[in-house]
Amino acid sequence: MTRPARIALKVSVWGVCLAPLAFLAYRTWTDDLGANPISFLTNTLGDWTLRILLASLAMTPLRVVFGLSWPITLRRLLGLFAFFYVCLHFAVWSVLDFFFDWPRMWADIVKRPYITMGMLALLSLIPLAATSTTGMIRRLGARNWTRLHRLAYVAAVCAVVHYLWLAKVGVRDPYWYAAALALLLGVRVWDWGRRALRRRRGRVSPAPTLGSRAENPLS
Amino acid sequence: MLIRRKPRFAAREITDPKLYLSRRELIAGAAVALVATPASAAAPAAPPLQPLSATRNGQLSVNDTPTKYEAATTYNNFYEFGVNKDDPSRLGHTLRPRPWTVQVDGFAHKPKTFDIDELIKLFPLEERVYPLRCVEAWSMIIPWIGFPLASLLKRVEPTSQAKFVEFTTLMDPAQFPTQKPGFFGFSSLDWPYVEGLRLDEAMHPLTLLTVGMYGKVLPNQNGAPVRIVVPWKYGFKSAKSIVRIRLVGEQPKTAWEKAAPSEYGFYSNVNPAVSHPRWSQADERRIGEFRRRPTLPFNGYADQVASLYSGMDLKKNF
Repeated sequence: MTRPARIALKVSVWGVCLAPLAFLAYRTWTDDLGANPISFLTNTLGDWTLRILLASLAMTPLRVVFGLSWPITLRRLLGLFAFFYVCLHFAVWSVLDFFFDWPRMWADIVKRPYITMGMLALLSLIPLAATSTTGMIRRLGARNWTRLHRLAYVAAVCAVVHYLWLAKVGVRDPYWYAAALALLLGVRVWDWGRRALRRRRGRVSPAPTLGSRAENPLS
Repeated sequence: MLIRRKPRFAAREITDPKLYLSRRELIAGAAVALVATPASAAAPAAPPLQPLSATRNGQLSVNDTPTKYEAATTYNNFYEFGVNKDDPSRLGHTLRPRPWTVQVDGFAHKPKTFDIDELIKLFPLEERVYPLRCVEAWSMIIPWIGFPLASLLKRVEPTSQAKFVEFTTLMDPAQFPTQKPGFFGFSSLDWPYVEGLRLDEAMHPLTLLTVGMYGKVLPNQNGAPVRIVVPWKYGFKSAKSIVRIRLVGEQPKTAWEKAAPSEYGFYSNVNPAVSHPRWSQADERRIGEFRRRPTLPFNGYADQVASLYSGMDLKKNF
């Protein structure tokens, strides 16, 4: 991929990922957040966290299934945007919704399973964001870094379960997200199985798939 | 011996009632269009709601400022139109609140089916400002218009076998889009919507048979043309767009109990001490306010209604 193409791609990802925030800012500015603004903000930010997180997990399957390598270059950016939105989501919950009532929030975190799941998702994204720089990859070593970043799967599963458990009867959206996540993880399982089978047959994996790229995770 | 006669008409020759009924509507519509002025004929659906005069019952009203009309008519739970809060106001136009009848029957000496316009004039209309507490931990203050449900029930004279009252919402997929069977037969609730009260709850002076709000008839999204309002219970107990009120001997199986029995009990009295299995009911967000406020037992009506439940374990009978 040429340099201008790569830049254009990244700029458009920035644009798409910032659009929901611009939309919320505009609706806030025009006082158009509906009858329950705090709930609207929380839900919209949560939705976009999940969408972007799933998008970041779709980059590897694009390579496995379609042999495309350029999507991997967007994975870090998407992951960081997912982290950005989950931070906003959490900030609205803790500041606007509960106005720093930490004992009350802590009680909910330990007592309400859907909130526990949401917190686990947020917590598992923190080390990923913290080790997202090229310097951190070098310090950790590619192998450890790759291992650590499997937490992304934990975060995604917790986030989807968080939504499944909080949604009331009749709301279908969380099932779509769960199906999308199952597909994205399914592709990986299939790919791992395929490669394990090849190794057992004593052949060296010929296709440049997930494992062989681990030397340079950000390539 | 079986004698088979050829039917006089093939099934396909019989006009589907839906077709001829819609032809009648078309003709009626054309007649209206003929007399209507061009300006009103050009106006889209959603005609302005009829004003409804009522005497304020100050004694049975709270002093809080009513929620903005716009919020009360755009932030609704009415699953017959969809699960999202803005679905009822966006899609509510398909409901036709006239003509409408309400069948009041069951264990009654004088069961009767009332036409809605007759029902509205049956007893003097009162305006009552009640807090509405949703099970989802938000609340509003609504000036309702109606009369005590007890007046209507006394009119049909419940028999001694009547122990509960069952409310049924209209079942008509042409008017309520989500009642059509969905994707893979997916349905949010088991239609029609059924709610219920114990007879003494239904007869309580606070329980209001409601036909209007904010000085006008009920908008479709708020349960036109007739609903009940039970201010000490979570909002879903107050059935909307009612077509049948039945006096029964057994506790009715309500729509939400069928959907999630561990989350939505038959009583569903507002109770800050009993959490919903998934969230706390200790506080609520009053629509239009920033900070949460504490939720009151029986939504503030403990003095009037707590005695109905004396000796009952309200944690068990949630």
